[in-house]
Parts: sequence; structure tokens; C-alpha cells
Amino acid sequence: MDRALEGSNKPVAVAVDDLHKSFGQLEVLKGVSLRAREGDVVSMIGASGSGKSTFLRCINFLESPTSGRIEVTGETIATKPGGDGNLVAADRKQLERLRTKLGMVFQSFNLWQHMTVLQNVIEAPVHVLGVSKQEATSRAEVILNKVGLYDKRDQYPAFLSGGQQQRAAIARALAMEPKVMLFDEPTSALDPELVGEVLKVIRLLAEEGRTMILVTHEMKFARDVSSHVIYLYKGMIEEEGPPKQVFGSPKSGRCRQFVASIH
Amino acid sequence: MDFSWLPKYLPLLFSGLSITLQLLLITMVLGFLLAVPLGLVQVTGPRWLASLARGYCTIMRGTPLLIQLYLFYYGLGSIFQGFPELRQSFLWPVLREGYYYVVVAFVLNEAGYAGEIFRGGFLSVPKGELEAARAYGMSPWKVLSRVWLPRAVRNVMPALGVETIQILKSTPAAALVTVVDLFGVADRVRQETYIIYPPLIVLMIVYLVLVFIITRIFSRIEAQVPSKR
Repeated sequence: MDRALEGSNKPVAVAVDDLHKSFGQLEVLKGVSLRAREGDVVSMIGASGSGKSTFLRCINFLESPTSGRIEVTGETIATKPGGDGNLVAADRKQLERLRTKLGMVFQSFNLWQHMTVLQNVIEAPVHVLGVSKQEATSRAEVILNKVGLYDKRDQYPAFLSGGQQQRAAIARALAMEPKVMLFDEPTSALDPELVGEVLKVIRLLAEEGRTMILVTHEMKFARDVSSHVIYLYKGMIEEEGPPKQVFGSPKSGRCRQFVASIH
Repeated sequence: MDFSWLPKYLPLLFSGLSITLQLLLITMVLGFLLAVPLGLVQVTGPRWLASLARGYCTIMRGTPLLIQLYLFYYGLGSIFQGFPELRQSFLWPVLREGYYYVVVAFVLNEAGYAGEIFRGGFLSVPKGELEAARAYGMSPWKVLSRVWLPRAVRNVMPALGVETIQILKSTPAAALVTVVDLFGVADRVRQETYIIYPPLIVLMIVYLVLVFIITRIFSRIEAQVPSKR
């Protein structure tokens, strides 16, 4: 099972076993497994509709998987059958606690529009983790500095560019001090000239040794920052391994074709 | 134009104004408060509760306020009349008074209208922002109180401003069940002095000023909501 980093003995941050997900008759994920140890950067690539975003969203139960097991920092998310044939979390409190360890970054930023950048960043630390406003603010300012948005901290999201919004969203995720960052196509909604500034921040995080799972179409970037790459095809893992292998000498013909067509 | 009545009726005019403003404020506050759950369950509640709320809003919005008020005041009132114990009780001063029937009828009616507005308000909040709230570990209650409701309220502010003006202009109905609000004053002047039109013109001006003030208050509030247009 331990395909991510052979021989590594760092603790497993996120483990997903045999995840299935169906939307009605359509089976989007047909048994996908993943293991991310601390410090791993796992990139998931594949064509639109291959199920990579759905997979990511299942990890924190924004989407309910049909079957499978998800473990976050060694704790399996307790599930029970829901009404619609999918699994639902059996213990809401547990799910909410584990979600705080997973910093999600969305394709469409999803900043809270009625709050300033700073308010967005301190919101969950204050109101979910119970950190004092003062402490959350001083931590937030450090993070905003890091993503280069300190001077925009009192702006509302609507007045920021897409790249700035996404960096604010990354800051919001970081403020939770998550064990794992989940990136769901973080640059897909951006104008081409704004992609770079966001990738720069993500690269910085990778270099810091943060554990990250990254769904992306940025092949060159995935090749640079990843420790492990998974190529999904129609809801199944078609190819996976170190980036050098997946991009350089893939065993699967489909994978070879895919990485060649995108480059 | 004969305005000789004005000095004599000025105190009554002020008490009428105060009744009208009371009615407006109570209807607004209680109506809007009731509207929040009415709108919310239509968007996210179990099906039976959603259809119950939808049915309520449809009836309140689909029938004339005046008929609703008459049903309360005369209908319910006559039922209460049939209970002698009730007429002896300490509640009777309240149950006898048109004012309380007006308040209840107005609040229930307004809840129906504003419930529909809040339904739209809740729907207008982007799903992604609620997802983000959930993804950071917020409980359903936190999602509602920190993100969903505050966002929805800001979205419906302009509509609530319009509603408030509509409420104000509905308040003269109170005069039809013996409440001496602003409009009731004109009635009183007509009955006692046979002067009909000048009081009405005075009222028009008073209502116009009130509407102007309400508009200003709401545009103040809306200006505090950051938005890029």
C-alpha cells in the first residue's frame, strides 16, 4: 500500500482506502487509494471529469463518498450509511474537528465576501478553534505578510484581483495551522498572468515541508514541487509514482499521451 | 383651504404619529425576525416544514391585508366575546383593544412577505462560501450565524427597505379597527369638523417625510456593505 514514499517512516497525515463515489448511476471514483505522509506533496492530475476534484472533496466530506475509508492524522472518519446510498459522517463533532486539520483551498476562492481579508483569515481560528482575537490577528498578520497581502488586509475580497483573492484564501487556510493543505485546482479560475503569483506561494509552502494534496492542471508545476504524482483516468489510478517517472517514463500509454498533450 | 383645525388637533396628530411609528417598528422587527426561520426552512428544512412555510407565505401574500385584519379583529374578536370567563379576566383590556389585533395581523402578514425575501436572500449566498465555512470545521449553527445569515441579510437589505415603506403605507388600515394612528386623526377631524381634504393633504406630507427618512436610513445601511458595482 505504501506507494507514496517507499521506506519513509514519517507518520501518515492522510490515508484514503478504496474510495468509491457515484452520482446516481454514474460512478465517478472506482476505488482510489492514497497515502500522504508528513511532508509529502501529492499532485493529482488527469483530464476534466477524471474524478480528481471529487476525490479531494471526499477527503473532508464536502462530498459524501459511496464507500471507502478516510483517515486523517491517524484517525478514521466514522461513517454510517446516509439516505441516498452514500456515506455520511457518523460523528459530526469528530468530522468538524478533523476538518480543522485540513486546510482547503478552492478553485473559486470562496472568500467570505462580507468580511475583509483579515477578518476572513481570523474567522475560523477565533470562532472554531477558540483562539483569542488578538492572538489570531497577530498570527494572521505574519501569514498575510508571507503571501504578500499585508497591505490589503482591510480590503474586501470584491476589490481584489483573482490572484490576490486566492492568496488570501491560502492565508485563511494556513491560519488554521492545518496538518494537510488540500488544493482544488487553485489556479484554474485565474487569468494566465495571475497564475504565477499563486504558484509562487504554493511552492513556498512545499519548500517549507508542508503536507499538501494538490489537484492541478499545471503540469510543469506539479513536476517541480511534487514528491508523488497520481494520474487519474475515469475514476481510477492509471499511473502513479515520483514525478520523474510519471512525467518522464510513464508505463501507461494514456498517461504518456496526457502529459504529452498538456506540455 | 381651511387649516384652522390644525392647532387644536396638533397633539392628536403627534400621538397618531407615535402610534403609526410604533406599528411600523413592531411590525418590522417582529415580522423580519419571524421571516428568518420562514425563509430558512424553505431553503434547507425538511420537506414538510418547507411546504408548511411556503404555504404560509403564499396565503399571507396572496390575500388582502384588510381582510386578514378584519378576520382577526371581528372574527377572532367575536369568538372571544362568546367566552364570558374571558371577558372577566385580566386579559380582556388587551383582547378588547383594536391595537393588539392590528399588531398581530401586521406582524403575521409581514412575516409572509419578508419570509419570501429571506428565502431568496439565503439562496443568493454562493454555495462555495458555505462550503468553505464547513471545510474549516464550522458547525451548522456557526455556518448560519457567521456566514449564511449575515450574507443573506446584506443581500436582502434593499428589499427590506422597500418592505418597510410598504408597511408604513399599510398602517392606515389600523384606523379601520378604531386605532387612532396618523390616518385615524384625519378621520377624527372629519367627524368633528366636517373638514375633509386639508387633513388628508397634511397626512400626505407627513407620510412623504417619513418615507424620505426611511429611504435615507436604509441607504446609509447599504452604503456600509462593501460591494463593487
